[in-house]
Amino acid sequence: MSTIVSLPDQSTATLPKKNYINAEHGLLSWLLTADHKRIALLYMFSITFFFFIGGFFAGMVRLELLTPAGDLMAADTYNKMFTMHGIVMIFLFLVPSVPATLGNFFLPIMIGAKDLAFPKINLLSWYLYMAAGIFVITTLVLGGVDTGWTFTTPLSTHYLNTHVATTATGIFIAGFSSIFTGLNFIVTVHRMRAPGMTWFRLPLFVWSNYAASVLMVLGTPVLAIAIVLVALERTIGIGVFDPTKGGDPLLFQHLFWFYSHPAVYIMILPGFGVISEVVSTFTRKRVFGYTAVAFSSVAIAVFGFFVWAHHMFIMGVSNYSALVFSLLTMLVAVPSAIKIFNWAFTMQKGSITFETPMLYVFGFIGLFTIGGLTGVFLGSLGMDVMLTETYFVVAHFHFVMVGGMLMAFLAGIHFWWPKMTGRMYPEGVSKFAAVVTFIGFILTFFPQFVVGYLGMPRRYAAYPAEYQVLNVLSTAGATVLGVGYMLPLFYLAWSLKYGAIAGANPWQATGLEWQIQSPPLTENFIETPIVTQEAYDYEWLAKKQERELQHVG
Amino acid sequence: MQISPVLWQFLTKWLTSSALWPDQASTIAPWADALYIFLWLMTVVGVILVGALVLFFAIRYRKERHPEAVQIEGSTLLEATWTIIPLGIFLFVFVWGAWLYFRIYNPPADAMQVYVVGKQWMWKAEHPGGQHEINALHVPTGRPVQLTMISQDVFHSYSIPAFRVKREVIPGRYTTVWFNATKPGTYHLFCTQYCGTLHSGMIGEITVMDPADYQKWTEESTSGMSLAQNGERLFASLGCISCHSGNATASGPSLAGVYGSKIKMDDGTEQVATDGFLRDVILNPSQHVPYGYKPIMPTYQGQISEEGLIDLVEYIKGLKTNYRVQQTLDTSKSDDAAPITPVASQKVTQ
Ligand code: HEM
Ligand SMILES: [Cu+2]
Repeated sequence: MSTIVSLPDQSTATLPKKNYINAEHGLLSWLLTADHKRIALLYMFSITFFFFIGGFFAGMVRLELLTPAGDLMAADTYNKMFTMHGIVMIFLFLVPSVPATLGNFFLPIMIGAKDLAFPKINLLSWYLYMAAGIFVITTLVLGGVDTGWTFTTPLSTHYLNTHVATTATGIFIAGFSSIFTGLNFIVTVHRMRAPGMTWFRLPLFVWSNYAASVLMVLGTPVLAIAIVLVALERTIGIGVFDPTKGGDPLLFQHLFWFYSHPAVYIMILPGFGVISEVVSTFTRKRVFGYTAVAFSSVAIAVFGFFVWAHHMFIMGVSNYSALVFSLLTMLVAVPSAIKIFNWAFTMQKGSITFETPMLYVFGFIGLFTIGGLTGVFLGSLGMDVMLTETYFVVAHFHFVMVGGMLMAFLAGIHFWWPKMTGRMYPEGVSKFAAVVTFIGFILTFFPQFVVGYLGMPRRYAAYPAEYQVLNVLSTAGATVLGVGYMLPLFYLAWSLKYGAIAGANPWQATGLEWQIQSPPLTENFIETPIVTQEAYDYEWLAKKQERELQHVG
Repeated sequence: MQISPVLWQFLTKWLTSSALWPDQASTIAPWADALYIFLWLMTVVGVILVGALVLFFAIRYRKERHPEAVQIEGSTLLEATWTIIPLGIFLFVFVWGAWLYFRIYNPPADAMQVYVVGKQWMWKAEHPGGQHEINALHVPTGRPVQLTMISQDVFHSYSIPAFRVKREVIPGRYTTVWFNATKPGTYHLFCTQYCGTLHSGMIGEITVMDPADYQKWTEESTSGMSLAQNGERLFASLGCISCHSGNATASGPSLAGVYGSKIKMDDGTEQVATDGFLRDVILNPSQHVPYGYKPIMPTYQGQISEEGLIDLVEYIKGLKTNYRVQQTLDTSKSDDAAPITPVASQKVTQ
C-alpha cells in the first residue's frame, strides 16, 4: 500500500512549538537572518510585490490597446509602461522567482543540508536584489525609462533622455544577485549533500536548479558587460556600438542575446523542476525516465548558449550563420519535448489525485506545449521573417514564461505552502483560482498569435482598426487573468491564520523536506539524515510510515 | 504539399479570405502561408496528442480506479521514440524554413531598385528616377523590386505583412529585401523594431499598381532630377571630382566601372565594390585605401546625409566611362548651384 496515513486530527493538532518562524523575534532578526528559509520568505514578499507592480503596468498596456487609437496615454507614457513591465517582470520577477524563493527554501533541505554553503552571501543576494528593486522604483519616481527591456542601442545610448542609467544600474546589481545565488547553489549541491545522497538520488528540482545556476553564473556577466558598455557609451561616448565611430550596433545585439537567450532557460528550468516534483507526488510514482529528465536539463543549459542569434535572423546576419543558428535552435527544442512526454508518462499506472498543484501542472503542460511548438515557428528561418517583432513573438514567450513558468511557480507555492507555513491553503477556492487563471490566460494570449500573423507589431500604442476585435479579447482575458492572480494573495494570507494544520507530510510525498516537521526547525534536521533510497521511492515511504504507525500504536 | 489538392484549395481559399488572415499580395505569400499552415497542423497534432495522453491517464489511473501506483523505471524504447520523431519533424521544418528564407532574401538579378532611409519617425523612399515618397511606396505588379535600406539614427524594421517580408534597417549598413507584388491594392507598411516615442506612428502604405498605372505614377511624381543626377551634383559640390577626375594625373582612382568590381587594397586584401563598400569608403576612407594610392582622402563623416550617400553611390554605379566625370567637371565650373544636403548629425524632422 502506498498511502495509509490520513490527515492529522485538526481539532487537537497544533503547530510545532519550535520552528524557524518563531525561533527569533523582531524585524532585525529577519533582516539579519542567515537562515535560508527566512531569506526565502524575504524574497517571497519582495518578488510578490514586484510581480504586482509589473502586473499593474501590464494592465495599463492592455487597457491602452483596448482601442486602436493611442488615446489613453501619450505615446511616451505607453512606451514607459511596456518598458517597466518588461524590466520588472524579467529581472525582478521571472529570473529570481523559483530559485530565490522555493529553491532557497528547499534546495538545502532536499539534499539533507542545514543551510546553503554561504548563508551570508545568500543574505547579501537578497540585499542586492532589493537594491536593484530600489533603483527600478527610483526610475519610476523620476519619470521612467522607455528603452524597452532589450535596451537596443543606439536608441538607448544616443536617442533617449530618460533614466537609462538608473535602470541599467539596477539591472547590473540584480545580475550580481543572481550570480551569487547561482554560485551558492552550485557549491551547495557539490559540497553539502547528506551521506548517501548521490547525484542520481537528487530530486529533479535540485537538478534543474543546478542547471539554471550554471547558466546564471556563466551568462549573467555578459549582460553586465553589455550594460556597462551602454553606460559608458552614454556617458563618455566610447563608441563600441556607434557606427559613426567605427563601432557596430549589432555587437550589442550579440552581447545582449548571448545572455538573454540563456536567461529564458534560467527562468524556465527551475519551473521544470517544480513540475517534476508535483507530478511525482500526485501520481505517487517516480518520474518516468528520471535520468533523461535530469540530463535534458543539463542539455538545455549547455545548448542554450548556442542559439542566441535566432533573435537576429532578420538583422543582417549572413544567410549561412542564420542557417546554423536555426539548426541549433531546432536541436534545443528536442529536450523540452522529451520532458513533456516524460511528465505525461509519469501518470501512466499511477494513482492520481487532483489537488491544486496538480491542476496547475495540467495547465502548465497544455500551455508549455503550445509555447514550445510555436517556438519552432520562430526557429524556422523563413517563418521567423514574418513573425518576429510581431505579437506572435509576444504570444510565444508569454505562453512559455507566463503560461509555463508562472503556472509552475503557483504549483510550487501551493505544493510547498503547508511545509513553509505549517498550514493548508483552502482547497476549493484555490482550485477555482487555478481554473480562472487558465481560462484567462488562453483568452489573453491566444488571440495574439492571430493578430501577430496579421502583422500587428509589438510595442505599438496605436494600431490599425481591423485588429481591434482580437485586442479587445486579449484585454478581456487579461482582466480574468488578473483576478486569477489576485485570488491566491487573499486565500493564502487567510490560511496563515485559519488554514488547517498541515502536519509533516500532508501529501504523503517522499522528499526529505517532507520527513521533517512543518514549519521546519531553523537547522532543518535534528541530525543529518542518511539517505538510502532514491528520490521518489514510494515503497520506501510506505514501509517507513508503517513502522512509524506501529511505533506510535 | 501532398495533401489532397481540393482540401488544400479549400484551406487556403477559406482561410485566406477571412478576417483572420493577412492579404496574400506577393509571390512569397503563398509559400509562407503553406509553411504556416503546416506548423499549425504540427502544433494541433502535438497538443491533441499530449492532451489526449494526459486526459486518458488522468481518467484511467485516478486514485478511485487505481488505488495503488505501479512503479515504472522508464523505457529506452519510448524515450528514443519521442526524441527521434520530434527531431525528425523539427529538422524537416528547419529545411523548409531555410529554403523559404533563402527565397525571401536572395533577390533575382534583374530586380528594380528602390532606396529606403529610415529615421525617427518616417520612411523615406527614393526611386532611381528621383521620385521621393514619405511613409509610402508605389510599386508595380509582376516585377521584382529590391529595397536597399539604411537607417539614419536607430534600428528600424521594414515590414510588409501582405508580402510576408520584413527586414531590419540598421544604422551604418545597407540591408536589402525584395518582393514581387501580385495584387493591386494598398497594404500596411510597419516599423516593427521599437525605435522610440512615435514608433507606432512610423507606418505607411504600400500601393501596388498595374504596370501601366505605375508608369503613369512615375511620370507624374518625378521631381525632374534622378538620384544619379543629384549624386552628380554632390560629386561636384563636395569636391570629389578634384581627385577622382579620371585623368591619368589625378591623385585618386578613376571611378568608372568601379561598381561591382574587385579592388585590390593597400593591405593586400581584395574587396568587392558594393553599395555598402562605397558608402564606407566615403565615410572612412583611411580604412579603405586602394593599392597604389596614398591615404589622403578626407572623411565625409557628418557632411553627407544618408540620402546624399545613396545619390552618390547611384551616380558612381552609372559611371561606365570617364565621359560623365569629364562632363561634370566642365559643368560644375559654371554651375555652382549644387543643392546643399542636410547634415546627417542634425535631426531632420519634416
Ligand atoms: C524553455 C522554453 C522557452 C523559453 C523560456 C522561451 C522564451 C522566449 C522569450 C522570452 C522570447 C522573446 C524574446 C524577445 O523579447 O524578443 C523568445 C523568443 C524566441 N524563441 Fe523561445 N522560449 C522557449 C522555447 C523555445 C523553443 C522550444 C524554441 C524553438 C524551437 C524557441 C525559439 C524562439 C525563437 C526563435 C525566438 C525569437 C523570436 C524572434 O524574436 O523572432 N523558444 N523565447
Ligand atoms: Cu522605427
